[in-house]
Amino acid sequence: MNPELEIQMIAVIVAVASSLPGVFLVLRRMAMMTDAITHTILLGIVIAFFITGSLTSPLLVVGAAIMGLLTVFLTEVLNNTNLMSKDSAIGIVFPLLFSIAIILISKYAGSVHLDTDSVLLGQIEFAPFDRIIIGGKDFGPRAIYMMGTILVINLVFVVAFFKELKIVTFDPALAAVLGITPTLIHYMLMGVVSVTAVGAFEAVGSILVIAFMVGPPVTAYLLTDDLKKMIVFSSIIGALNGVIGFNIAMQADVSIAGTMAVVTGITFGLVFIFAPKKGLITTMNRRRVQKKQFAANSLLFHILNHEREDDVDYHNSISNIEVNLNWHKGYLDKIIDSLMDNKQIIIENNIIYLTDEGREYSIKSYEDIVGSLKGAYLS
Amino acid sequence: MDIFTLIFTDYTLRIVSIGSMLLGIIAGILGSFAVVRKESLLGDAISHAALPGIAVVYLITQTKNTEVLLFGALLSGVLATFLILSIEKYSRIKFDSSLALVLSVFFGAGMVLLTYIQKMPDANQAGLESFIYGQASTLLKRDINLMLIVGGILVFLIVLFWKEFKLISFDSQYAEILGFSSKKITILLSTMIVISIVIGLQSVGVILMSAMLTAPAVAARQWTNKLSKMVVLSGFFGGISGIIGTLISSMVSNLPTGPTIVLTISIIVILSLAFAPNRGLVWKRIKEKESRRNIDKNQLLFNIYELALNHENIYHSHSIDTIKPDTNRDRESTNILIGRLSGLEDDGLIKRDYFDHWHITEDGISYVENNLLKEGY
Repeated sequence: MNPELEIQMIAVIVAVASSLPGVFLVLRRMAMMTDAITHTILLGIVIAFFITGSLTSPLLVVGAAIMGLLTVFLTEVLNNTNLMSKDSAIGIVFPLLFSIAIILISKYAGSVHLDTDSVLLGQIEFAPFDRIIIGGKDFGPRAIYMMGTILVINLVFVVAFFKELKIVTFDPALAAVLGITPTLIHYMLMGVVSVTAVGAFEAVGSILVIAFMVGPPVTAYLLTDDLKKMIVFSSIIGALNGVIGFNIAMQADVSIAGTMAVVTGITFGLVFIFAPKKGLITTMNRRRVQKKQFAANSLLFHILNHEREDDVDYHNSISNIEVNLNWHKGYLDKIIDSLMDNKQIIIENNIIYLTDEGREYSIKSYEDIVGSLKGAYLS
Repeated sequence: MDIFTLIFTDYTLRIVSIGSMLLGIIAGILGSFAVVRKESLLGDAISHAALPGIAVVYLITQTKNTEVLLFGALLSGVLATFLILSIEKYSRIKFDSSLALVLSVFFGAGMVLLTYIQKMPDANQAGLESFIYGQASTLLKRDINLMLIVGGILVFLIVLFWKEFKLISFDSQYAEILGFSSKKITILLSTMIVISIVIGLQSVGVILMSAMLTAPAVAARQWTNKLSKMVVLSGFFGGISGIIGTLISSMVSNLPTGPTIVLTISIIVILSLAFAPNRGLVWKRIKEKESRRNIDKNQLLFNIYELALNHENIYHSHSIDTIKPDTNRDRESTNILIGRLSGLEDDGLIKRDYFDHWHITEDGISYVENNLLKEGY
């Protein structure tokens, strides 16, 4: 296999493996925990490195995963004191652990190759050079096996605990009633996040892990309401981001991991603007239509309220309505035009009258609103 | 050499410690608002998001002038803040996801630009990465002047818009009802927070800057409930950890400045969480014990009062068994009871007679009627 294909394979595996826990992080509003964990695992790696003296020992992964869980635990301890909000707790714990890691590295590991650059920025370019060779036979890059294993772990976790994850995410109270311990699921999820972050940081750097864990899930979140579809969509989107990012980076000769993160942002931006139901354009349109509908109803109710009164030609004259509803002339004209198109009003001598159709509609929608209000008060 | 002589003789150390102190003060002051508005992690996102701005400005101007680069950082920081808030506003994506997304994408863009700059012919991008990790030792006298000027402006603005900032920090809807344009004020405050982050990038770097914004404010929050005191105290904590961190790192070899400052402020946070009056954990434990004892004492006095009401002579005395008829009371709890009764006697609320019987005093009656009855006994 050529190195380019290998790098893309690694990127796709990392993207899919990250998307799986990422979906639940986004839904559980814990996206910033990834930021914290991706930084603090450095301390776990450093400590494990001091114990084993090797940079390739599997104990590094264990140390990092433990540190990830410790980060979650410490954040919760601080949060449970009720002396600060959750985001402040995160903002205190992770810089502290990260600082300790940096201090340890610069004090004791100065001569060893453990540079913080590659941790944060990642060197996916070099991943194909770190190969598994047994008995002179080349089995391919180590990163593929490492991330492949993590992908399998994540897949097994999500499939095996799908029901539990779903209930804990959407209805923690129900979860407790059903005997599912939300805390246990929570820590298992965070364990999976930590392991994924450790595996991925070597290949793509910790910042890109955040992009892969959060970007595709939030993009998918704008496309579907179904949890299973969200997981599938975000895996596909993540994989595409990786492949497209790689090819652009090769063309432009710039940082591969960085380009993948940028592509993640662009994909999100496109979906954010153009998504069929939850995109910006649709949302703005809907808000505009709703606003217009509301204005039209207000106008109809105004006419309906006053049409039986003696001074109807004063109250329902266009000039008075303009003053009473405090609308711009242009806006009022627009609403009047659309109501006339609907044949709900007619205008004679600058006075607005309801048509029979318009009256029927106004009374009905008035009663709908009042009825729902009454319902709200009664319940 | 003695550390204090070193401060006065070593020029670099003096510059670095003054710079770190100023940075701590500014971040501490502005951080108070971020923490109160529950936007602590915004600092983390913005400091990462500043990177592409620095790179773009360098590409355009080809200068490594700190002021110019920081202006680029400011622009991309403000853009990132705008994007984060817009994504939250116009979609169902929550604040934290929006933060994490913008943070990583901007940082990725910064990396792309840095690698691009690296490959440019005769480009000397060394020094640009120092913004990622921060290098306090590169601080110059002119950087200090910049901090002084920017910090002065920020403090001036805070004093000027104090009422507005306070309102939108706690209740932006109320602020709007009162007729403040809460949108404009929020934009001003967010921009000021971005500025305070940006000027710290050079010395402590992207990652640790978020700690400088959050930690002093959280520590200060434990000591007071007033925003004004919190802001001042937070600036003080920030400044003091800037100096102490710099000095410690200069005394020990191979101890990087930024992380040492973060370590110092973290220790201040832990001490504050434990020992701050009223809110601190240790204090709370003591208070809890004391109030439990008070409740028992009050209950006891109230019993005596009620017993007294049953008699014509309100000063009729009763034995312990009548006052607290607990059948399986052991010797130890009897002693505790006697201790409490003696305590009440010391307060002049009850009196003991020759037969070890107790009766309520005039003071005791008025204490019960004026305090306990009103508290709902």
